[in-house]
Amino acid sequence: MLLDSISSWWETNERLTYLLVEALGQTLTMVFASGLIGFALGIPLGVALHLSKEGGQLENRTLNKVLGTVVNIGRSIPFIILLVAIIPFTRFIVGSSIGTAAAIVPLTVGAIPFIARLVEGALLEVPSGLVEAAQAMGATPQQIVTKVLLPEALPGIINAITITLVTLVSYSAMAGTVGGGGLGDVGIRYGYQRFNGTVMMITVVMLVILVQLIQSVGDHLVKRVDHR
Amino acid sequence: MIEINRVNKVFYQGERAINALSDINLTIEQGTIFGVIGSSGAGKSTLIRCVNLLERPTNGHIIVDGVDLTQLSNKELSLARRKIGMIFQHFNLLSSRTVFENVALPLELAGVSNNAIQEKVDGLLKLVGLADKNDTYPCNLSGGQKQRVAIARALASDPKVLLCDEATSALDPATTQSILELLREINRELNLTILLITHEMDVVKSICSQVAIIGDGELVEKGPVGDIFAHPKTELAREFIRSTLDLSIPADYQARMTPERVAGSYPLIRLEFTGASVNAPLISQVAREFNIDISILSSDMDYAGGVKFGLMLAELFGTEQAAEQAIAFLRDHKVNVEVLGYVA
Repeated sequence: MLLDSISSWWETNERLTYLLVEALGQTLTMVFASGLIGFALGIPLGVALHLSKEGGQLENRTLNKVLGTVVNIGRSIPFIILLVAIIPFTRFIVGSSIGTAAAIVPLTVGAIPFIARLVEGALLEVPSGLVEAAQAMGATPQQIVTKVLLPEALPGIINAITITLVTLVSYSAMAGTVGGGGLGDVGIRYGYQRFNGTVMMITVVMLVILVQLIQSVGDHLVKRVDHR
Repeated sequence: MIEINRVNKVFYQGERAINALSDINLTIEQGTIFGVIGSSGAGKSTLIRCVNLLERPTNGHIIVDGVDLTQLSNKELSLARRKIGMIFQHFNLLSSRTVFENVALPLELAGVSNNAIQEKVDGLLKLVGLADKNDTYPCNLSGGQKQRVAIARALASDPKVLLCDEATSALDPATTQSILELLREINRELNLTILLITHEMDVVKSICSQVAIIGDGELVEKGPVGDIFAHPKTELAREFIRSTLDLSIPADYQARMTPERVAGSYPLIRLEFTGASVNAPLISQVAREFNIDISILSSDMDYAGGVKFGLMLAELFGTEQAAEQAIAFLRDHKVNVEVLGYVA
């Protein structure tokens, strides 16, 4: 019955269908663009946090403290506030504070510290004996990172990526606030504000499927690279 | 080949200083297998980690192959370490790499070409008897196989020295023997100097030619294995050797034992053979000469470096006088005899 109502609704609401497809595209753009940039900056930040900590390969207490504080501040600002708080920065980067591209900026800024902490945790799980063995072989700090730490932490890092992408999907729902579009935005505007329960449900179902897909792909990849 | 010169290592636990190593001096000749033995917490692990500066000595010098490692910059030290192989108790293989890739790692770090790596790794895997495990991941190997991979990896950069940090402590006795056999073979074929630390007497006995005993961060004794085992000079060394041999009295004997000789009881004695003991078939001589029957309860005798040594628990069945004469005879032949009591 439910399926019937959805499929008949599908046929009679061509405009809304188009809207949903477009919203899905926006969500995917926001999630993956901010995810990608976030990983590019967050993973090195996580590595820096790990290396600079006490007993790390490049121990540097001051740097560790500074990075740690910045990351903690980033992690403690609620995303909805971050979204509006950095509007001047967003405008500086993309030239506008409204639209999908504009939403990517705060999403990325929010994702970086999140990723950094997760990556730091993944690196922490690499047994210290492996690093020691590499040192004994005459590995330079850079080689230790590229040949030992990152490959050994890969399952954990992929897991971190999965968690981040899922979190970004839910953050992206708030991006409607700055006109970023996306499925969450459609759900709020058409489903909630116009009392259209069917639209609301469709957006939720689409989001659930999207999250399931991301998680399954992530789990599958972890399984493939994990030889522990 | 390895020279450890007045090395001290102090750890700080808050304000408290702990002397992990105090004034260690050790010279290890090219081509020897040198064992350092001590109980846990004695500082032996710290010592071996000081040799390749995984642990930097608080002061003193480490000279390997004529180079004072303590004077090198980080970059020079990385290069020097490529000539010092190391294997560990827990193998420390990279789980993300196959057997082949693990052995190839030191070569990759040194920037060796792929063709040369292929050739070298194939040869090494053959040497350690794992030629068919190329593409296996370490998680699918047994402990002994993992240590073989680790040995191959340690040999990849043609080191002059191999450090073994409790390399057999996580392995069962049979596997331990096969790994030791491999180490001996490597030592012979490549004329590699091996420094190993262990808490297992058997390991030292079976492959080392020289041994040092470490206790509380101090080197208490060093010398050829046979000498140390047969004529321990210090109390600590003696204690250590005894602790690995010590034979305890079975509980039911203990219960039946009296401190004084009473009618119908016979002495239970502990015989300690050392390198000083006269090398003769003493037990059967005693039996014949004093008309005494000897029942050996338990015994841990060993042979290392050309001498027999060990402990034995035995009962002497005979007259009181015969037993006393027998004990005197054994003492004359430099066997330490201790009468533990009399068992009815």
